[in-house]
Amino acid sequence: MLDGLTGGLFPDLTADEWRAVMLSLKVSFWATALSLPLGVAVAYVLARYEFWGKQALNGLVHLPLILPPVVTGYLLLLTFGRRGAIGGFLEQTFGLVFAFRWTGAALAAAVMAFPLMVRAIRLAIEAVDPKLEQAAATLGASRIWVFATVTLPLMLPGVIAGAILAFAKAMGEFGATITFVSNIPGQTQTLPSAIYSFLQVPGGDAKAFQLVLIAIAIALTALFLSEWVGRSVARRIAGS
Amino acid sequence: MSLLVQLSHRFGDFALDVYFEAPAGVTALFGRSGSGKTSVVNAVAGLLRPDHGRIVLDGRVLLDSGRGVSIPVHQRRLGYVFQEGRLFPHLSVRQNLTYGRWFAPRGPGADFDHVVSMLGIEGLLERRPGALSGGEKQRVAIGRALLANPKLLLMDEPLAALDEERKAEILPYLERLREETAIPVLYVSHSMAEVARLATTLVLMEAGRVMNVGPAEAILSDPDSVPALGIHTAGASLHAVVAAQDEDGLTRLEASAGPLYLPRVEAAIGTRLSIRILAQDVILSRSRPEGLSALNVLPATVTAVRLGNGPGAIVQLRSGDDLILARITRRSTLALGLAPGADCFAIVKTVAVARINVGAAG
Repeated sequence: MLDGLTGGLFPDLTADEWRAVMLSLKVSFWATALSLPLGVAVAYVLARYEFWGKQALNGLVHLPLILPPVVTGYLLLLTFGRRGAIGGFLEQTFGLVFAFRWTGAALAAAVMAFPLMVRAIRLAIEAVDPKLEQAAATLGASRIWVFATVTLPLMLPGVIAGAILAFAKAMGEFGATITFVSNIPGQTQTLPSAIYSFLQVPGGDAKAFQLVLIAIAIALTALFLSEWVGRSVARRIAGS
Repeated sequence: MSLLVQLSHRFGDFALDVYFEAPAGVTALFGRSGSGKTSVVNAVAGLLRPDHGRIVLDGRVLLDSGRGVSIPVHQRRLGYVFQEGRLFPHLSVRQNLTYGRWFAPRGPGADFDHVVSMLGIEGLLERRPGALSGGEKQRVAIGRALLANPKLLLMDEPLAALDEERKAEILPYLERLREETAIPVLYVSHSMAEVARLATTLVLMEAGRVMNVGPAEAILSDPDSVPALGIHTAGASLHAVVAAQDEDGLTRLEASAGPLYLPRVEAAIGTRLSIRILAQDVILSRSRPEGLSALNVLPATVTAVRLGNGPGAIVQLRSGDDLILARITRRSTLALGLAPGADCFAIVKTVAVARINVGAAG
């Protein structure tokens, strides 16, 4: 049905190319969804606590933002590859394989998007007045309840913004992904990898251009969605 | 109920060193800004952990640094009304009010409808805090603290952020709170008028130390505490009953020493009021004055005189059953022979009594 619907708009695209689009959406969704709780936790710790090694944690989180993506991808291959320390352990214990699988693409996208997600959420947490949290504590709420009933609802616009930013970043991730899981059509070929492949072959421009249009459409949709959700949540919190 | 507070804490150059015991009722911590009042309340709440200290409420140890005991904030069961309200912006007024209920142990507690009607916030329940005025926010904040069934209510300058009109709007609710609930209150303020209206016990603080502790009426009518209270704001309170609402806009009250006229007080005939007369608004005369515009002339007997270092003097007088303070010059004190035992008349202009100084008798 999807082919029928979109075939008219994008006549040159075959099932393989559509699979790349769907794979990108799937990879980005899981990358965002699974890293979100960790992102919130890390942002909270960085925003609210002073501890030994805070700068090191902050640096580690931001590393993917400043390292060349190829380097990040290679480091992922070293640690999460089948012979890597963590990758080997995960395969033997849970049968979970990352290298050259779509799960690896999701991991690479999550790692690359993580700094952006944490930054957005951290800003939102820092905007929550700790005095409100104190007030909740005096009313009998333990730390976990304070977080669930006061901090989390008030930082929600930032969490949503961070999640959508991460999703958009994951959709566009290329360098680390291609290094870590390669570019196997139908298996690990994401939207950016597919565009790259078409640009490598003569006459692939038309197909590449159609994929570019799809990428732009998805990115804009995500952007508008985040604006809209963020604004309606903010309105609900402000109570007007 | 009794509250024992013993604290010492250093913040840079400032040293807090406090000890006092408070009985039931409203205990006011009074002192200038920066005298350490808020730190004391925060330590009682558990928001500030002092270097050393011991806090015991009704035999329950909240803090004992010597034995390493410090009950976490959320287990202390104290209601805290902050200066800025601190209502949760994402919850409705009703949800704010019931917030503490989730965490309070099951059992009989403050009745929602009663608290809501006592504070006059029935019409606000479905609104958001962002749509409330300053005075409304504070009333909701008081209700929220009460409905958590606290063992002690802490109030840190709850009226300081409001203008005079809003203060006058909320003070009667606080007086009702004092009369209608048995919950003890620790009240921080630097406003003499608020303290005089609400406090049953007074803790005078200065530069991190307690200068004096005692029943509020005794301290407020003690000439020796005038320097600490501020010579412009010191004054004792008279008790009087509303006797008549005159047609020319005055209210006639009966004090134990005679009639008292005030600008219209909106209270039913028979209501007992407490009227604070500022020491600097009182004139003394040895003989009953005639041809005088001031309406209030109360016969009185001098009970104490305190000569200050400057040109002023504070005279304490007994008028009927009440004590009044008068701030006059040292020269007049000597010229009129105002010594303990001397009879005289205390004269107070009707219009000198500000609205905020007329409250329900506690």
